[in-house]
Amino acid sequence: MSDSPDLAKLIFGRLTWDAIPFHEPILLWTFVAVAAGGIALLAALTYFRLWGYLWREWFTSIDHKKIGVMYMVLGLVMLLRGFSDAIMMRMQQAVAFGHVQGFLPPHHYDQIFTAHGVIMIFFVAMPLVTGLMNFVVPLQIGARDVSFPFLNNFSFWMTSAGAALIMMSLFVGEFARTGWLAYPPLSGIAQSPDVGVDYYIWGLQIAGVGTLLSGINLLVTIIKMRAPGMTMMRMPVFTWTALCTNVLIVAAFPVLTAVLGLLALDRYAGTNFFTTTLGGDAMMYVNLIWIWGHPEVYILILPAFGIYSEVVATFSRKRLFGYTSMVYATVVITVLSYLVWLHHFFTMGSGASVNSFFGITTMIISIPTGAKIFNWLFTMYRGRITFEVPMLWTVAFMVTFTIGGMTGVMLAVPPADFALHNSLFLIAHFHNVIIGGVLFGLFAGINYWFPKAFGFRLDPFWGKVSFWFWVVGFYFAFMPLYVLGLMGVTRRLNHFEDPSLQIWFQIAAFGALLIALGIGAMLIQFYVSFRHREALRDHTGDPWGGRTLEWSTSSPPPAYNFAFTPRVHNRDAWWQMKQHNYERPTADFIAIHMPKNTGAGVILGGISTVLGFAMIWHMWPLAVLSFIALLAVAIGHTFNYQRDYHIPADEVSRVEAARSELLANHV
Amino acid sequence: MSDIQAIPLPGQPSTLSFHLSEEHHPQHGTLLGFWLYLMSDCLVFACLFAVYAVLGRNYAGGPTGAQIFELPVVALNTAFLLLSSITYGFAMLEMQRNGKRAMLAWLAITGLLGACFLFLELREFGHLIAIGAGPQRSAFLSSFFTLVGTHGLHVTFGIVWLVTLMVQVGKKGLIAENKRRLMCLSMFWHFLDVVWIGVFSFVYLMGVLP
Repeated sequence: MSDSPDLAKLIFGRLTWDAIPFHEPILLWTFVAVAAGGIALLAALTYFRLWGYLWREWFTSIDHKKIGVMYMVLGLVMLLRGFSDAIMMRMQQAVAFGHVQGFLPPHHYDQIFTAHGVIMIFFVAMPLVTGLMNFVVPLQIGARDVSFPFLNNFSFWMTSAGAALIMMSLFVGEFARTGWLAYPPLSGIAQSPDVGVDYYIWGLQIAGVGTLLSGINLLVTIIKMRAPGMTMMRMPVFTWTALCTNVLIVAAFPVLTAVLGLLALDRYAGTNFFTTTLGGDAMMYVNLIWIWGHPEVYILILPAFGIYSEVVATFSRKRLFGYTSMVYATVVITVLSYLVWLHHFFTMGSGASVNSFFGITTMIISIPTGAKIFNWLFTMYRGRITFEVPMLWTVAFMVTFTIGGMTGVMLAVPPADFALHNSLFLIAHFHNVIIGGVLFGLFAGINYWFPKAFGFRLDPFWGKVSFWFWVVGFYFAFMPLYVLGLMGVTRRLNHFEDPSLQIWFQIAAFGALLIALGIGAMLIQFYVSFRHREALRDHTGDPWGGRTLEWSTSSPPPAYNFAFTPRVHNRDAWWQMKQHNYERPTADFIAIHMPKNTGAGVILGGISTVLGFAMIWHMWPLAVLSFIALLAVAIGHTFNYQRDYHIPADEVSRVEAARSELLANHV
Repeated sequence: MSDIQAIPLPGQPSTLSFHLSEEHHPQHGTLLGFWLYLMSDCLVFACLFAVYAVLGRNYAGGPTGAQIFELPVVALNTAFLLLSSITYGFAMLEMQRNGKRAMLAWLAITGLLGACFLFLELREFGHLIAIGAGPQRSAFLSSFFTLVGTHGLHVTFGIVWLVTLMVQVGKKGLIAENKRRLMCLSMFWHFLDVVWIGVFSFVYLMGVLP
């Protein structure tokens, strides 16, 4: 038995009981709450015999609509986690002045701001954006599914695997204390010898596989699967922005993969890419990660721009103003997003000419963005505007994003940036554009497409309550940070000495509280809408008077989306069909060719989680085993040649007849 | 403004047809998708090349490229890989002619050449580590091992894939799915060849310059 410690070390690597945070009351109670909630959820699923249903209808589904919904659920759940981090930071900074230390020691506080950033970008904004694209794009282009339906399911489970690893770090070991981009040398093995950065690396690498593959998938879908007649310049604007976003994903995420791979080599194999000795160069990491990171923010904002374009046209009852300029503006932003990365570190010392170049390219981006704002305004001009919830979010966006854009141009001036770099002014700026741009857009999109996904609208009253709390809360939470930033307060501090600053942090904390109420109202909105789903039911499939093809089919759409593939003659295809008194076909249906469900994606995602966990904790035998298992399942999956089936014509007739009856009875 | 079509009067049928009455068959997207994947992979290599360009002269007092690169071995190595690309091409020609056995034979030769390439590369790595020029020694060696090693990993993966496909062709024959897969692997294999030409010129040939 003398060799048992060695054996335990071989099997469990660095994992010991010390890794479980028994001594941190906040974490312990969170764990107890999560465990209780989790057990209750599992018990409920078992009690109501939902496991089989979930497995057959959702987990193994390769239907783009269901995968889209699962991405949205993942994003919203992670939003709650990311926001818990946010409100803890706001509370800490509101109280920790002078002799009061607050409730979060630096060791814990540093993990919280890192987790907040990582979760909000990678596991909230990305899944929500990907989810909406997944759900909407095939419907908008008149397709039955994406090009690679299995890959789509696999991508989702890889993203979820990454999210699971990040969540595990809360209760097993700890998360990185490096900030959301994990700059070396701080993230190197010498400064961060624990598992935090490894959780970060493996969580993002595994989720990154999913993101990249889903980018390729949607790109091919948009290029190859558009309905006949839908030329590039007849694509809905949301599809255009999705196209550009996926170009950015395919062209940016490999850089993240490479740079995180190099950081992992530094930490695991002792190489010297970013070390301070033996020729390493930490600034190369900063350059590379921002070559991914800057396009990343456009990956998030472009689909939001697409959502606003759809919403503004629909709720103004007008054709979108300046479609062509909207498309060109999107493409110009796509290209320019690769020429600005250095503005994130003007203070690196690249010299005046390099800084000027990147300062100017950054300012140029505001031109196409401004053109978009004017296009939306001109669409509203003399439109018949109805202020439904999606439209409210859109108007709030136009005001808020313009402020964020202007502070962005301020930061783009290198001399000003030397004063504002890493200050709370920067924090206020990027929350201003990400909340006021991306998140408002996603909320507009959720309210807009929810009836399409579930067949009933979201309750407008609670939607408006949520809207007002969010918008007012946003201004209370982030305007004080601009002020503090101009006074020179830097980011990532858990304690302050100067009592005159405290009032601003207290106002910001109040704003965060309002946002919490906004999130609460949104959850109530989901619940109330579900309870009143019969009253909110959308029988027509076109609850808002929409313009694009997704509104031409039923809500929710059948598995095959369209009984017959639409033929497109106009940019606003569905609008034109309505004007031409289009009658939907009610007979002569044909069998429809569809892909089959498969469990391979869930299994591969699960094995990837184990592989990541084993690598994080240095459990080498488990890592080797899970890698072999991963390879074996992947190869085994390629031996499955029976991947599709036909929905018989009778089945299609039955579904379409049911819809005819619904339309006859209710419309 | 070509999108503006006359709107029919109320109650009048439209002159436009708004749906297809037969099943729509969009083009198969696999080859385009695989191209896009290759381009994303190409970006990974681009990053590694860029890293090598930045760090490639940071010897940190350790050995330089001129001291450790053995060009004759690398030339042999390169010959193996380039030849394997040609033999893969022969396999694809046989696939067009539906010559299953000849195609499998060419694939086997391709795989063997790939394995020879890997053997020589691993031998070189082993030698370098043995003389104390491992990836930990300097930033130059870190970036060298990573760039060349990532390429080697791709070749390894390509061989695993090749064997899998040989089994699948053996079982199912040259059906449409298998032909598509062989086309993808073909692109992958030639892509690795192109990357290697970059490695050979940029790392080895320029590395031995004074």
